[in-house]
Amino acid sequence: MNFQGIFSMSRKDVTTLVIFSIVVLAMPIWLQPFGAAYPDLMQRFAIFGILAIGFNILFGLTGYLSFGHAAFLGVGSYTAVWTFKLFSMNPIPALFFAVILSGLFALVIGYVSLRRSGIYFSILTLAFAQMSYNLAYSVLTPITMGETGLQLEASDPRIIDSMFVGEEAGLPVSNIFGLEMTGIPGFYFCAIFLLIGFFITQRIFASPFGMMLRGIKSNQTRMNYTGFNTRPYTLTAFVISGMYAGLAGGLMAVTDPLAGAERMQWTASGEIVLMTILGGVGTLLGPIIGAWLIKYFENIFSSFNENVLHNLFGFLPDGLEGFVVEITSMFVGEGWHLTLGLVFVLVVTFLPGGMMEGYRRITTLFTGGGGDGDKAKSEDTQTQPAE
Amino acid sequence: MTIASENVVLNVADVHKTFGGLHALSDIDLQIEEGKTHAIIGPNGAGKSTLLNVVVGRLAPTRGAVVFDGQVLTGKQPHEINQIGVARVFQTPEIFPDLPVLQNVMAPAFAKRDGSFTLNFLSSLADEKEIREEAEHMLEDVGLIHQKDMNAGSLSRGDKRRMELAMCLMQHPKLLLLDEPTAGMSRHDTNTTIELLRKIKERGMTKVIIEHDMHVVFSLADKISVLAGGRIIAEGTPDEVRNNPKVQEAYLGGAH
Repeated sequence: MNFQGIFSMSRKDVTTLVIFSIVVLAMPIWLQPFGAAYPDLMQRFAIFGILAIGFNILFGLTGYLSFGHAAFLGVGSYTAVWTFKLFSMNPIPALFFAVILSGLFALVIGYVSLRRSGIYFSILTLAFAQMSYNLAYSVLTPITMGETGLQLEASDPRIIDSMFVGEEAGLPVSNIFGLEMTGIPGFYFCAIFLLIGFFITQRIFASPFGMMLRGIKSNQTRMNYTGFNTRPYTLTAFVISGMYAGLAGGLMAVTDPLAGAERMQWTASGEIVLMTILGGVGTLLGPIIGAWLIKYFENIFSSFNENVLHNLFGFLPDGLEGFVVEITSMFVGEGWHLTLGLVFVLVVTFLPGGMMEGYRRITTLFTGGGGDGDKAKSEDTQTQPAE
Repeated sequence: MTIASENVVLNVADVHKTFGGLHALSDIDLQIEEGKTHAIIGPNGAGKSTLLNVVVGRLAPTRGAVVFDGQVLTGKQPHEINQIGVARVFQTPEIFPDLPVLQNVMAPAFAKRDGSFTLNFLSSLADEKEIREEAEHMLEDVGLIHQKDMNAGSLSRGDKRRMELAMCLMQHPKLLLLDEPTAGMSRHDTNTTIELLRKIKERGMTKVIIEHDMHVVFSLADKISVLAGGRIIAEGTPDEVRNNPKVQEAYLGGAH
């Protein structure tokens, strides 16, 4: 462990933060060769990165596996859209309310769910999330607009905006004093929150609080007999990770101001778990890498269709080509989840520590230990075993 | 009660514990004096571990009460009992296997200093120099300083026990409960542990030891209670207990 503090952060943490910031801010450049440098996808990289690191504070540190984190994502989105409708198209108040409200929501759900641990905790969170989904889908239609989803309307009051700006034609776009939160500015807006979120996570990991959370994961009995009341610790971790999810949901609404109930469905919660496990549970960077990989593959593979495949395998003899296309087409387009499933099975079987374990193994292979090199490269090197 | 009651720090009064129809503990009255080392011995199944579990709040007694330092422990949560000043070493070491040895030993000091919950998630572990130095001293005392960066899970069984003892000592507890602290240790390790426990004795800490090893008991205890069939059948100094015919019959079997 490195205790040489710079602004009470270890040198390793500062290096990681600097490199990570460069990697994130330079995304529009280095993602180009991968065909992923368009704003919409990069916004999702940043947003799901925030979601995954927040989830990791709960699951990675305390070991409590929440299967209902999408509920907080949804609460964040609905809150943000309502803030747009009622007050202002400025994203800052929208995000503020999204984080606060999802935090309160997490406090209530966490208070009940954390009375149990292990599988019972997971089931409780899943049940709460599905309840929230069903409420949003049907019962709470006046607030959530149910099936159609919550959208902006020209007739929204927008009290604050209407005091300063006159009526405009068409639907407004979220903006900070005129700078619209779409495209590249939208990406950089999300990226700044990803970096802030990452910095806070680093602090938590290096704090006594982080050590207590790891202690809970390692041996809760010993924690109790050592004089710690573990319930408030797990509840705090739960609320913090719920707030991260609320922030991510709020950012989704900032970049695209609508909110639907499907955002809270259990498949969305499951995706968060997959991201974290794929990247590396309990590591700083793993969950972000997991989120990026899943969002990248989702985009690439789901856009493949039979025509693309025919072009790709055009060099093969006719009969064989048809056969190969037939087989591979099951894994792309709508079937890309099959690819994801296979990758997941391979990673969990051969790299139980996720991509970060693969990265560690590769660096020890090349340097014979002391692998602490360029984290930025890890993503590229890690995609290879996955493919 | 005897004159010694003024110095009694732990008072187990009329404790009964039944599991279904089984009387695990009956009529347990036990006074433990401040600064003394009190050993509880008895054959397997005598109820020794049950008694300890009642004291630390892991089990609720069917009847009776446990009073420590003027506070009733019965019905309190394990973390509350620890905060009052009772630390426990378990029969199978309860440690944090996934944390480095140094952090295992640092964690209890935080519980002692900051109480059962503090929201300290923006401060840095690296800035806690005092606690770290104290933990390093403690690890030197128990001979584990060279393993401080190792994960505790990869320590040997004997080392785990010593580390657990170090964890408890970091809290300077008023009462230390030891459940067979030398079980499964080599003769050499046992003697090192006895030395270590003697050193603590000089610091004036009250200790309750449950132990099978007579060598350990007779080298450390000021007073011994003999438990058999869930009852205390004899109590006294090591010499008195050694010469008590009832004890020889029930426990020592005349072999010693």
